[in-house]
Amino acid sequence: MKRRDFLNYSGLGAAGMFLQGMPMVGNIISAEEALNPGADTAKKKQMADVALNAARSKGATYADVRIGRYLNQFTVTREDKVQNIVNTESYGLGIRVIANGSWGFAATDQLDNDSIAKAAAMAVSIAKENARLLKEPVQLAPQKGYGEVSWKTPIEKNAFEVPIKEKVDLLLGVNDAAMKAGANYITSLLFLVNEQKYFASTDGSYIDQDIHRIWPAFFVTKIDAATGKFETRNSLSAPSGMGWEYMSAKPADKIKSVTTLYRNSYDMLEDAKLAGQQAGDKLKAKSVEPGKYDLILDPSHLWLTIHESVGHPTELDRVLGYEANFAGTSFLTLDKWQSKKFNFGNKLVNIKADRLQPGSLGAMGYDDEGVKCGQWDIIKDGILVNYQTIRDQAHILGLNASQGCCYADSWSSVQFQRMPNISLQPGKEKKSIDDLIKNVEKGIYIIGDGSFSIDQQRYNFQFGGQLFYEIKNGKIAGMLKDVAYQSNTQEFWNSVGAIADASDYRLGGAFGDGKGQPPQSNSVSHGSATTHFKNANVINTARKIG
Amino acid sequence: MPFLTEEQAKALMTKVLSYSKADECEVNLSFSDGGNIRYARNAVSTSGAIGQSSLVVSSAYGKKLGVATINEFDDASLEKVVRRAEELAHLAPENPEYMPMLGPQVYAAPTKTFEPATAAIDAKFRADATQQSLKVSEDNKLVAAGYLENSAGFNAMMNSHGLFAYNTSTNVNFSVTLRSPDGKGSGYATKGYTNVAQLDVAAATRVAAQKAAASVDARALEPGKYTVILEPAAGVVLLEYIGQGMDARSTDEGRSFLSKPGGASKLGEKLMDERVTIYSDPANSILPTSVWTGDGRPQEKVTWVDKGVIKNLSYSRYWAEKKKVKAVPGPDAFIMDGGNQTLEQLIASTEKGILVTRLWYIRMVDPQSLLLTGLTRDGTFYIENGKIKFPVKNFRFNESPVIMLNNLDALGIPERVVSGESFQHAVVPPMRIRDFTFSSLSDAI
Repeated sequence: MKRRDFLNYSGLGAAGMFLQGMPMVGNIISAEEALNPGADTAKKKQMADVALNAARSKGATYADVRIGRYLNQFTVTREDKVQNIVNTESYGLGIRVIANGSWGFAATDQLDNDSIAKAAAMAVSIAKENARLLKEPVQLAPQKGYGEVSWKTPIEKNAFEVPIKEKVDLLLGVNDAAMKAGANYITSLLFLVNEQKYFASTDGSYIDQDIHRIWPAFFVTKIDAATGKFETRNSLSAPSGMGWEYMSAKPADKIKSVTTLYRNSYDMLEDAKLAGQQAGDKLKAKSVEPGKYDLILDPSHLWLTIHESVGHPTELDRVLGYEANFAGTSFLTLDKWQSKKFNFGNKLVNIKADRLQPGSLGAMGYDDEGVKCGQWDIIKDGILVNYQTIRDQAHILGLNASQGCCYADSWSSVQFQRMPNISLQPGKEKKSIDDLIKNVEKGIYIIGDGSFSIDQQRYNFQFGGQLFYEIKNGKIAGMLKDVAYQSNTQEFWNSVGAIADASDYRLGGAFGDGKGQPPQSNSVSHGSATTHFKNANVINTARKIG
Repeated sequence: MPFLTEEQAKALMTKVLSYSKADECEVNLSFSDGGNIRYARNAVSTSGAIGQSSLVVSSAYGKKLGVATINEFDDASLEKVVRRAEELAHLAPENPEYMPMLGPQVYAAPTKTFEPATAAIDAKFRADATQQSLKVSEDNKLVAAGYLENSAGFNAMMNSHGLFAYNTSTNVNFSVTLRSPDGKGSGYATKGYTNVAQLDVAAATRVAAQKAAASVDARALEPGKYTVILEPAAGVVLLEYIGQGMDARSTDEGRSFLSKPGGASKLGEKLMDERVTIYSDPANSILPTSVWTGDGRPQEKVTWVDKGVIKNLSYSRYWAEKKKVKAVPGPDAFIMDGGNQTLEQLIASTEKGILVTRLWYIRMVDPQSLLLTGLTRDGTFYIENGKIKFPVKNFRFNESPVIMLNNLDALGIPERVVSGESFQHAVVPPMRIRDFTFSSLSDAI
């Protein structure tokens, strides 16, 4: 079923625009069925062995198999109406092989032994067909088998177990709060993901994983009837690798700034009320005077700038040219890494890759080619020191093991290099948001992510936001609108003036980051503390038509 | 499930409906079979084959709707999916915007959306095509990355009020980027067809090769307002925001570029140059599309922009009933009228300007004015006195397609093109635009 058809049948049509890039094809099931445990590991091991043995018997020198049950739940409302409640399940098996030195892949949703063996044979035959177009055989970094192991997202409460009525009541309450605070329209949604993945390989690993993610979000619109102008304000939530506990806001997780900011849990009602007011404030706000400004970027905004300007250019497959036809290549070429002195940023800039970070979207025990996950430095004291790699790339960096960055968005998609959590480390000196603001003479404080665009080698970017506040002589001087900033990645990260300390560190993230042909989705978090960037170019985005 | 004929699909769906106990029941059946191959660094990287089929059952009691899907087609599974949809309908909250299912519809004669040659593409065909493309790349001492995908399938629907619809389709998409080994030049080409016989992989790769070689050592021009020639692959990614923005409800609600104060709309107003006419037509010979939509409405020829005037908006059935107008569905693909000049003639008649091969990473900056941002990519050239003089460094733009279509200078011959952003097909002419706003330079190649 095509994505557009799915959105149509599931009634998610209108909400679909907010869910761009999400994988959302599967069978629609009831909420109760989503709680069924699915096949047990003994059954999955038996199916995996059928696939691995069939692949070997057809001539594969390596094979891995992924048996995936992917559960999604969407609850979507607008104003006083429930638009839809949809549960989906996608269950099947994908097998990847190396034969004659080339990769081959096939997938099936028919899980009898014959169909599994047929898929394995198809993968081997595709590998052999493609071997004539190879330049050099695939070279896999060594990986020991782990035997039978398992990993689970450490959730406190499975969000799929929360009754639908409780979710609907929450969202309708959120809508009511925003409308009472002045919003004209609001769409709100809860999006839940549970990936139940079983991986096995000819290396001798049998890995069972149970991964949970949650994303509460809303989109508020306020219209000035007299002028016909309208403004929007989106939620400041962070999609998270958590259970329902993310929805129980703890007072200690709230940071009081010009609006309430959230750390490891979220008060959706409070944020909706603030959004209703702030969308109205935006209509009355001053249109920004273009020019040079210092920027104070909140983690709810900065995660996206990190994602686009650090996460993507340090993907080794882009650096090597594998994404040249679509997502693009990277300005962080191997010679810059080899020089050991490429100033990606100034000395304050330390950026780590981390696939273990609790609460993050990218947290997992093992990646989709059976490599145990870990953490490593990407930018150290401003210098480019590493990339993100998978097994068939590790030798290019002289590494003798993969960094565990392989992921597929479905059993039916072939796994490839995807971004782990990539995060800016907090400042070492004790500094609060206010400490940063008070050192700015002329600046803009930006909260929330907005419009975003970056070139295919990740030099030139432009970002908007949700809330913009003018800073004059160390003080907040009122709200601005029509703000976007443009910069160049290396200049931008060399303009860091200060980073708040660890007490301000928060995660943001992308629930559906797109890459590859055919496109696949990935979920990834980016942490940071509020950060001061000096002297950025700010443009005014207001235009008049008709 | 195999590829069912119209009669076979009708028999299967009739059986599904026979299990229904709901007030209303609708069945959508889809099947698609296809494959893809991807290459980079002048060698194949990944490839796969994907077959998918799905049966969607929508059951309604009053204004309560339940939807369930299944991909197994034995009698027990078919009955199970109907029961599941009915259970979900009983549990669902009443939807005040629910519309009763349609009765029998009259559709235009089927259009040529299916070509057997495209349905016959296999792994060997894809590997052979890749080999042709790689040969062009290697002959020109360039580095290729490309992607070929094909699909063939059918869609059918039937409901308890007697509606039945069936359509078959095929599609093949090809795109390739060639780069110089030192990374100083890059060129791109993309093609998409219903009929694979029209696809010439080697010719498309040669276009990308020529652009890659010609774009080496680009010079920097100051950002600012320039006359540009947007090739169809560049223009389509801007124009599709207009195509997607014709929704009546968001316009009436006051949150569209077509809204006016007090709930009024710009319907009937001239917003663009009078040479701008944009329409959709399932029977278009270059880009045939289905004569019915996923919710069973007939898909007819609709003019959205007529000589610069906003002529029609698209409606959901609920919103159309509320507004007491015809429920015109949104387009499956849009077509923009053009002129008689080839791209080469447009270049030859340009005194000073910039030729744009491709625009990339397009994002909405302001929905009120439809202001978009993005960048040029894979072949940007300076034109002087009718000739391409030298390659120029890529730019970021901030521009509204509405403003752009007011600054229209000339239109070329329309051609079928695949959007590199939405992957939708459209028919778009090359366009020469005055005062296109480039706001900064990019070092990307």
